[in-house]
Amino acid sequence: MKTLFQRALGPFALVTLAATVWLGLWITPPDQRQGELVRLLYIHPALAWVALYVSFGVVVVASALYLWPRTRSMTLDRVVEAGLEVSVIFIGLTLVTGSIWGRPTWGVWWAWDARLTSTAVMGVLELGCIALRRANDDPQTRARRSAVLVLVSAVNVPIIHFSVQWWNTLHQGASVLTPTGKLNVHGSQLWTLLLSFFAFTLVYGWLLRSRYRLESDRSSRHDRQLQRAIAERQSEGSRA
Amino acid sequence: MIRVALLVAGKDLRVELRSRVLLWQVLPFGVIALLLSGLAVGPRASVTRNAAPGLFFVVILLVALLMIGRSHSVESRSGTRSSIKMLGLDPAGVFLGKALALFVTLGAASLVLLGGVVVLMHAPFAATLHALGPIALALGSISAGGTVYGVLVGDAEGQATLLPVVALPPLAGILVAGEKAFAACITGTSLVRWVIFLAVGLIAYLAVGILLYGVAEESA
Repeated sequence: MKTLFQRALGPFALVTLAATVWLGLWITPPDQRQGELVRLLYIHPALAWVALYVSFGVVVVASALYLWPRTRSMTLDRVVEAGLEVSVIFIGLTLVTGSIWGRPTWGVWWAWDARLTSTAVMGVLELGCIALRRANDDPQTRARRSAVLVLVSAVNVPIIHFSVQWWNTLHQGASVLTPTGKLNVHGSQLWTLLLSFFAFTLVYGWLLRSRYRLESDRSSRHDRQLQRAIAERQSEGSRA
Repeated sequence: MIRVALLVAGKDLRVELRSRVLLWQVLPFGVIALLLSGLAVGPRASVTRNAAPGLFFVVILLVALLMIGRSHSVESRSGTRSSIKMLGLDPAGVFLGKALALFVTLGAASLVLLGGVVVLMHAPFAATLHALGPIALALGSISAGGTVYGVLVGDAEGQATLLPVVALPPLAGILVAGEKAFAACITGTSLVRWVIFLAVGLIAYLAVGILLYGVAEESA
């Protein structure tokens, strides 16, 4: 039976998302330098936050827990499966919204910028994890191999985070906080930005849960089919 | 662990020496890839000189993919992997041995390809010699990382096409740092941060390999 939290997650995510759109498009003022283009920043940093930190973080933690013998369970593997797919969607949306923002700002749809490139590499890396999972039929082998690959790939996350500081880059620095901890954004723009982070995290949670349920159903259907096939073989054997 | 590593590295290198796949298949492929890259860039010496470090590392990654795929498919076919498991050898030693053998073969291929980079792409000889240290660090990372990715892909369906998808994205950082270090040698700028990056990458891949190779091998 669904708990109240599970029932409310989807509608609550949609309400916060709608509130973000309303505040972002109609309530907050245009930016002094960027003008109306700033409204895209109520979407893009939040998508990047979910894509690079929340979703991949969940996948890394679930993979590490799977590899730890005391916590190993196929539930964690299903979280990895669901998390990887949802993460790829968020990385795709991050790149698309970044590209839409980059065209009027930088004059190009794509630049070989450190953060853009490393984010794209991150997306391809997660596609590689999904491809590895699809290539292995045995559930235990699939789970173990993908967990190791995810942990090895986690090395990429700090590279993406610090790429803006390490390389010469077109991409702006941290959106909300400076490296010294001072606020970059103020007033209604700050609240809208914070709400967008919350809203997209909720949307992520909702999508993850839905994909997890699909995976769970698929897995139990597979188990039932296997049990039925075994029972059929046994009955054939007893008849013979 | 070191004894096992030397044993496995010796076995892999002997397989390579006897089959001569590196000499007759992988190296010609690398030279062809380098020639085609040079053709694509065009005849202007200044352009080819600037592109040389990047093209060298792209070709080295392609060569590494061939070597990794080959090393693991040979073991899967001949049942060597099962035999190594049955022997109860230390997985960390097996990982280090396979990475060492890959490093030696990639090093040999690199020396030939660097000759090509100097002659065909006009990279200055002294700068190329100066870049040998960072290149060795990059090859170490590629070997260590590639060995882990190789065992993960193992005998999975579509192994030949799966390996590049799995291994190339995470090794892109090493490619960029290696290219930047080599380019810094040519332009005479500081390469310290790229060398640090490559050294950290090598240590990270060695640590991950030593810790997780056994887990990955268990399922292979």
